Amino acid sequence: MDRASRRGLSPRLWLAGGWLLLALLAAIFAPLVAPQDPLAQDLMLERLPPLWLDGAEPGYWLGTDSLGRDLLSRLIFGGRIAFIVAFAAAIAACLVGSTLGLIAGYFGGWADRIISRIVDIWMAFPPVLFAILLVAVLGTGLSSVILAIAIIDWTRFCRVIRAEAMGQSRMDYVENARIAGYGRIGIMLREVLPNVVPSIVALLSLEMGIAVIVEAILSFVNLSISTDDPTWGGIIAEGRLSIHQAWWVLVFPLITLILTVLSFSQFGEALKARFDPVLR
Amino acid sequence: MLLQRFLIRLLTMLITLFGVAVVVFVVIRVAPGDPIAMMLPPGATDDDIARLRALYGLDKTIVQQFFIWLSGVVRGDFGTSISLRQDVLGLVFNRLPATLELAIVALIMAVALGGTTAVLGARERGTAVEAGIDIASGAALSIPDFLWGLVLILLFGVLVPIFDISGRVSPQLDLPFVTQFYFFESLLRLRFDLTWDLLKHMLMPAVALALPLAAIISQLLKQSLKEVLDLDYVVLARVKGFSETQVILREALKNAALPTLTLVGVQFTFLIGGTVIVERLFSYEGLGNMAIDAVINRDLPLIQGIVLVFALLFVLINLVVDMMYALLNPRLRHG
Repeated sequence: MDRASRRGLSPRLWLAGGWLLLALLAAIFAPLVAPQDPLAQDLMLERLPPLWLDGAEPGYWLGTDSLGRDLLSRLIFGGRIAFIVAFAAAIAACLVGSTLGLIAGYFGGWADRIISRIVDIWMAFPPVLFAILLVAVLGTGLSSVILAIAIIDWTRFCRVIRAEAMGQSRMDYVENARIAGYGRIGIMLREVLPNVVPSIVALLSLEMGIAVIVEAILSFVNLSISTDDPTWGGIIAEGRLSIHQAWWVLVFPLITLILTVLSFSQFGEALKARFDPVLR
Repeated sequence: MLLQRFLIRLLTMLITLFGVAVVVFVVIRVAPGDPIAMMLPPGATDDDIARLRALYGLDKTIVQQFFIWLSGVVRGDFGTSISLRQDVLGLVFNRLPATLELAIVALIMAVALGGTTAVLGARERGTAVEAGIDIASGAALSIPDFLWGLVLILLFGVLVPIFDISGRVSPQLDLPFVTQFYFFESLLRLRFDLTWDLLKHMLMPAVALALPLAAIISQLLKQSLKEVLDLDYVVLARVKGFSETQVILREALKNAALPTLTLVGVQFTFLIGGTVIVERLFSYEGLGNMAIDAVINRDLPLIQGIVLVFALLFVLINLVVDMMYALLNPRLRHG
C-alpha cells in the first residue's frame, strides 16, 4: 500500500465513520434515545435556548422550537427519514444507473446511443426543480421522495459506469473470455461488472450524502413527507423563519446535515482513492 | 470540420430540447391534482369547470395538447400562466435577468477564487499552504450550495448582520431601470448607491453558489498547472530568470486552462440549477423562486415554460463551451 491508500484510513475517515454510526444508531433507537416526545408541543416551553445558556430547562439539551418541541428529539427522529431516504434512494439510483451504464458501455452501438441521449435530456433539467416537480406530481410521502431522487440521480451512476465499462471492454481479458466462448451477457456480468464495482461503491456513498441533502431541500420547501414527522429540512425551514428569535433551531440541524454530508463524501473519496488503479 | 461539429451539436441540442419538452409535458400531466379545480371558488358548477378546461385546452388528449403547446412554443407563445393569468414568456423574461445576474456574478467569483487559489497552490506546491488550500477546497466541494447559503445566513445575516438575507433590492428604493438587469444597469448608469444595495442582497447567494464551483476549478487547475510546470518550456522560462509567479501566469496558465474550461462549462449549468433552491433560501426574486411557486400552485404552463428555458440555457452553455474548446484546442483547430 502506498501513501494514497494509507491516507484513506486517516483519522478523518474514523471521525466520519464514527459520526455516521452514532447518527444511525440514534435514529434506529430513536424512541429509546430521544429525551422527549418529538411531537409534544408546549407553549410554556417555546424557544428555550440550549442547556448551557441562561433560561434553559433541564431535559431540553439543544433547546426548543417556536412550538416548544424538543430540538434534540426532533433531530434524532429526523435522522430516521434521512437515513431511510439515503439508503433507499441511493441504492435505487445505483441499480438503475449502473445497469444502464454497464449496458451502454459494454454493448456500445444503438444501446449506447439511446441511453446516452436520455442521459443528455436528464442533464438538461435543473435537478432541484425536477425533484420538486416530481414530488409534487407523485404526492408527498416517503416513497415519493425516494422515487424522485432515484429518477433524477441514476444518471450520476450511468455516466461513470458507462465510461468505465467502455474502458474495461477493450481490455485483453474481455477478448480472452470471448475466445473462451463466454456469451456477451455472461462476460458483462462475470468479467466487466466486478471491475466496476469499486466505482459503484464509491459513488453509492457520495449519493447517500446527496440524497440526504435533496430530502432536506424537499422538506425545506415543504414538499417532503407531509405529516408532522420531524425531518432535518423541515426543522431548518422552521429555523430559517425564527432565525432572529431562536438561532439554535437553525444551527443544530445545519451542523447535523453538514457532518452527515461530509462523512458520506469522505467515505466516497476514501473508497475511490483505495480502488483507483491510478492511485493504487 | 468546425462547422460540421457545430451543426451536429446543434442537431443533438434540438433533440435534447424536444426530449425535455416531452418529459416535462408527460410528467406534469400524470399529476393527480386538477389545476382547474384549484382556480375556481368552491361551489363552481360543472359547466364552469368544463368551460375553463376548454379555455386552457385541457379537454383534449395529451398528444393533442402537446402538439398544440409545441406549435405555440415554436412561434414564441408559451401559453398563459394559470395562477398569475399572464403570458408565460413575459413572466419568464421578467425574472430571467435576475437569475442570470446572480449566476454570472457567482461564476466570476468562482473563477476568481478558484483561479487564485490554484495559482497560489501550484506556486507553493508541497508546502503547508497547498495542504491548507486542499482542505479548504475539499470542504467547499463537499458541502452543497443549499448548506453554504444557510451557513452564510447565520454568519452574515444574524451573527454579524452586514448583508441582507432576503430579497433582491431594498423595497423602499426608487429604481430608474428600464431593463430587468438591475445590477448591470446600475453599473452602466453609474448609480453605485443602487449597485451597493443590489450587491448587499446578491453577495451571499452568489457566494453560496460560487464556493463548490471555485473548489472544483481550484483543484483541477492546480493539478494541470503542476503537470505543466515540469515541462521543458516552463523549465526554460524559469532558467531565463522569470519568477515562479511569472512563470505560472505567463507560460503555464494558458496551457493548463483548457481542461478546466470544459469542466467549468458543465459545472456552470450545475450552478444555474442551484439557483432554484438558493433563490428560495434568500427570497431572491428570480426564475427559480418563481418555478417553485409554479410547482406548488400546479401552474402547468408556467412550469413547462420555466423548465424549457432552463434546459435551453443549459444546452446553449454546453454548445458555447464545446465551440470555445474546439477553437482554442490547436489539435482540433487544425485537425
